[in-house]
Amino acid sequence: MPLTAAQVIIKFQRLLNSMDLFALTAHEIMGLIVSGKVSAGDVAVSLRARTVACNPKTNAFIRIYDDPERDEKPYCVPVAIKDNICFKGHPVTCASGILKNFCPPYDAAVVEKIKSAGGVIPGALNMDEFAFGSSTESSVYGITRNPWDLERVPGGSSGGAAAAVAAGEAVWALGSDTGGSIRQPASFCGVVGLKPTYGRVSRYGLIAFGSSLDQIGPITKDVTDCAALMNIISGFDMRDSTSVNVPVPDYCRSLTNNLKGLRIGIPGEYFIDGIEQEVLSTVRSAIDFFKKEGAVIKEITLPHTEYAVAAYYIVATAEASSNLARFDGVEYGLRAVPAKARKAGIVDMYEETRARGFGDEVKRRIMLGTYVLSAGYYDAYYLRAQKVRTLIKNDFDRAFLDCDIILSPTAPTTAFRIGEKTQDPIAMYLSDIFTIPANLAGIPSISIPCGFDGKKLPVGLQLMAAPFAEEILLASAFAYEQAHPWHLERAKL
Amino acid sequence: MSLTGFETVIGLEVHLQLNTATKIFCGCRNVFGEDANTSVCPVCLGLPGSLPVFNRKVLVSGIKVGLALNCAINTFVKFDRKNYYYPDLPKGYQISQFDFPIAGKGFLPVLTDGKEKRIGITRAHIEEDAGKLIHDDVQNATLVDYNRTGTPLIEIVSEPDMRSPQEAFDYLTTLKLLLQYLDVSDCDMEKGSLRCDANVSIRPAGETKLGTKTELKNMNSFSAVKRAIEHEVKRQTGLLLAGEKIVQQTLLWNEDKGITTPMRSKEQAHDYRYFPEPDLVPFTVTSEEIERVCQDVPELPNARLHRFAEQYSISEYDARILVQDRVFADFFEAAAGMGIEAKKLCNWMNSPLMKELNDRKCRINALKLTPAALVALITRVEDGTISNLSGKEVLADIVISGTAVDDLIKTKGLAQISDDSALESVVDAILGENPQVVEQIRSGKPGAAGFLVGQAMKRLPGKANPKKLNELIQRRVTNV
Repeated sequence: MPLTAAQVIIKFQRLLNSMDLFALTAHEIMGLIVSGKVSAGDVAVSLRARTVACNPKTNAFIRIYDDPERDEKPYCVPVAIKDNICFKGHPVTCASGILKNFCPPYDAAVVEKIKSAGGVIPGALNMDEFAFGSSTESSVYGITRNPWDLERVPGGSSGGAAAAVAAGEAVWALGSDTGGSIRQPASFCGVVGLKPTYGRVSRYGLIAFGSSLDQIGPITKDVTDCAALMNIISGFDMRDSTSVNVPVPDYCRSLTNNLKGLRIGIPGEYFIDGIEQEVLSTVRSAIDFFKKEGAVIKEITLPHTEYAVAAYYIVATAEASSNLARFDGVEYGLRAVPAKARKAGIVDMYEETRARGFGDEVKRRIMLGTYVLSAGYYDAYYLRAQKVRTLIKNDFDRAFLDCDIILSPTAPTTAFRIGEKTQDPIAMYLSDIFTIPANLAGIPSISIPCGFDGKKLPVGLQLMAAPFAEEILLASAFAYEQAHPWHLERAKL
Repeated sequence: MSLTGFETVIGLEVHLQLNTATKIFCGCRNVFGEDANTSVCPVCLGLPGSLPVFNRKVLVSGIKVGLALNCAINTFVKFDRKNYYYPDLPKGYQISQFDFPIAGKGFLPVLTDGKEKRIGITRAHIEEDAGKLIHDDVQNATLVDYNRTGTPLIEIVSEPDMRSPQEAFDYLTTLKLLLQYLDVSDCDMEKGSLRCDANVSIRPAGETKLGTKTELKNMNSFSAVKRAIEHEVKRQTGLLLAGEKIVQQTLLWNEDKGITTPMRSKEQAHDYRYFPEPDLVPFTVTSEEIERVCQDVPELPNARLHRFAEQYSISEYDARILVQDRVFADFFEAAAGMGIEAKKLCNWMNSPLMKELNDRKCRINALKLTPAALVALITRVEDGTISNLSGKEVLADIVISGTAVDDLIKTKGLAQISDDSALESVVDAILGENPQVVEQIRSGKPGAAGFLVGQAMKRLPGKANPKKLNELIQRRVTNV
C-alpha cells in the first residue's frame, strides 16, 4: 500500500546520502548482488531514498509501494511501472480522475512475469491521462518535470517512467507506446526506450488506448538493461489474441559490437524542415559513426510518411473512443450525478461522470474518435486511414528488403518548455511525427541517447527494424553506445 | 393478403444462446440460474486491461447453424465492435460480426398452410450477450447481473419473406426444431435462450416496394410473437386507412394488455459506430474444418421425416409427428429396430404415448419408458395377452414406474382369458338372453355378432379378447 510522503521521509531520512546504488544500471546492481557486495535490501533502501529526495522535484512517481516481504531468490531489480499497467490490489488510474481508487483484481501479464523473475513493483509512474499526450502535462496528479531541466517536460506519455529512470528514482521501468510514448520521453530524458514489435509483449492488463497500436516496452539507462528487461517481459500469451507465438531469443546475447556490413536506411522523409538544427547535426554525426564502423548507409524513401500523423490520429482516437466507453460510472471508478437534477436518469449519470472524470485532451480525443466512426464518415476517415496504414506498412516492408535498420531522429526537438504546447494540440501531436509510423506498421523501434544540444538537453536517436528483429536493433544500439558513453551522464538533481 | 387490400411483410431476428460449456471470450462457465455475479471474471466484466479470446467451440456451432440453414459459410472470421451505452454492457460495446457474418445468404423450408415455403435467411452472425438488469422496487434501484455477459449468441436474420403472423409462427417452430436437432442451444424462450424480434410492415396489395417497418420486441413465446404481429398489422392498417403515416420505430409488446408501446426515442437513436475489433485477429477457417463440422451435423428434421415415411412405410403425417422432437424420433428408431411393425409402433407413440407426454408436459427422455419396454407392451397387446385398453393402462403406469411389462400384467391381473371354456359359459348366457340377435346372425347378418361381443366384453372387463369372442359366437350360433 502507498505510504504517505511524510512516513517515507522519516523512514529513510537516515539513509539519504549513504549510498548511490540508485545511480547504477540493473545489470551492474545484479553483478554486485551476485558477488555478494550488496543485498537486495541495500538496493531498495538506496532507491527509496533517492525517490524521496527527487520525486518532489520530478513528480515521476505518483504512488510508492512498500517493499513486500519476499524470498530473494530469484532476485530481479525492482521494475517501476506506468500507471496504466494492472497491478493486483493496487490503484491503477491511467492518471485520470475517472479511475481514482480503481484497484484491478488481477495482474497484467508483464507484472506476473516480473514477479516470477523475482522482481517487485516499487511504485506507479506518472503519465499523460490515458496516455493521450507527449508531455506528461495532462495527468490528474500534476505534471512530471524533466530531470535535465525542471522547467521542461519529460515528454510523454510515459514521461514519469523516463523521468524516474533519468533521475535515478527507478533503475528501470515499463512504459507503453502507442505513437511514441516510450521513445519520445526516452529521447527527452536521455535514456533508452524500446517499443517492441506489435505482438511481442502481451497487452493483457495494459489499460488500452489504441488496441492495434499499443505495446509495453522497457525504459532503461542503457541498452544492456533494455535487452535484459525484454528477456523478462517478452513472449506469447494465450490471453492476448494479438500476441504472436514467435520464440523469444536471449536478447542479451544479441549485444555484439560489430557494425560491419550492417545496412542502414536513411529515410529522406525524416530529415525535413522543422527539425531543430542541433538535433539534426547530432543525428548526422551518429550516421557518420556507423559509416566509419563499416555500416552501409543507404538513402531510402518511405513515401507515405507525411500521411502517418493524420492516419494515426484517426485510428488511435477511433479505438480510444471505444476503449474508453467502459468508464461510465456503472461498474467501477468515479460515479457522478448532476447536483441539480431532481431525478437523475442513467444518461445524466453517464454525462456527469464522464464530464467530471475526463480531462480536456481525453474528451477531445473521444470526440475525434467518435466522429471518425460515425455513420457517413467511416469511409472517408477510418477506412481511408486504415488504407494509409497499409501503405505505410508496405513502405517499410519494401525498405527492409534492402536495409537491416532504418535510422532517424526520435523527435524533431529536444524537451520543450512546460506549457509551451498545451494550447496547441496540433503542435503537440507533431512531436510524435517520427515515432508514429513504427506503431502504424507494428515494427520494433528503439530510442537511444546520442548527445546533447547546447542547452544540455538530451537528443534521441531512433532505430527501426523489421517485425521481430529486436535483436538487430539492440545490437546496433549497443555498438553505438559502446563508442558513445552518453548514457553514463546523469542529470544533476 | 387481407380484406383491407394490404399485404403484410414480416422479417424475424432470432437471438440464440449457445450451449457451449464456457463463455464466448473467457473461460467462465456458461450456465443459467446461478447466483448473481458469480460466473464472472475480468474479461466478461470488461475490466480495464482485460482482453477477449475467442472460444472456437462457438465457431463450430455457428458453422453448424449456417450449414443447416443452407447458408454460404464465410471462411474469413472477423469480429467488430458495436458501440452503445447501456448499463448491462460493461465494455460500452458489444463484440459482434458486422460485414463478415459467419453465415451469409441461405433459406429455411417451412411447411405453412399445407404448402412448403422457402423463407430466405439474410445472415447469421456470432456475438456476445449482455448482462441482465434487475429492477429492485424496494430499494428503487436497478441492479446488474453480469452472469449472462459473454454468453455466446447467434443472431439469425430472415429476409422479409413472411406474409402472415401464422407464417412467422410456422417459421419459428420450424427453426426451433432445426436448432434443437443441431443441439446448439436449449432453445428455451422462457429462460431467454431463444429470443425473437419482428420487423413488420404493410403495403398495398401488388406493391413491390417495402412499406415503413416497425420493430417489435419483448415477446416471450412464439404465440406472443404471433399476437404481437397481429396487433401491429391492425395498428398499421388503421393508420394507413386513416391517411396517416407509419413512423419507423421500435415497439415493446405488452403481453398482459395485448398492446405495443414505443421505446423512448433516446434509446432508438443509435449510431453503433461499427469498426473491426482490434483485440481479436481475423482468421480463416479451412475447408477441412468446415468438412469436419459438416460430418458432425446430424440428420435434420426434414430429411428424417422423408426417410421415416419411406423406410418405415408410414404416412408423412405420422412421420411429421414423430420428428417434432429429436429424442422422440430417436426413441422411435430404437424401438423400430427391435422387430416390431413400424406402423403399430407409430400408432402407439403418436397417440397414447403422446397423450402421456402432453399430460405431463415433458419430453420422452424424462420418462422411465425404454424402447424395449414399449416394444414388449405392444407385443403383449398384439399376441392377445392383454387388451388394447389394458395396454394403455400399463403404459400409463410404466412411464412413471419403469416396472417390467410382464410383471405389471401379472400383478394387476390384466391378462385376457384365452381359455375357451371360461369364455363359453359367458357366451352361452348371452346367446340365451338375445335370441333375436342370434336369429339375425343365422339369417346371414354376421355383423350383428358385434353387439353380442360388446355384451360379453362388459361382463369380462378388459380380460376378453374380442377377436376370440367373435369367433366363439359365430361358432356357437352356427352349431346350435
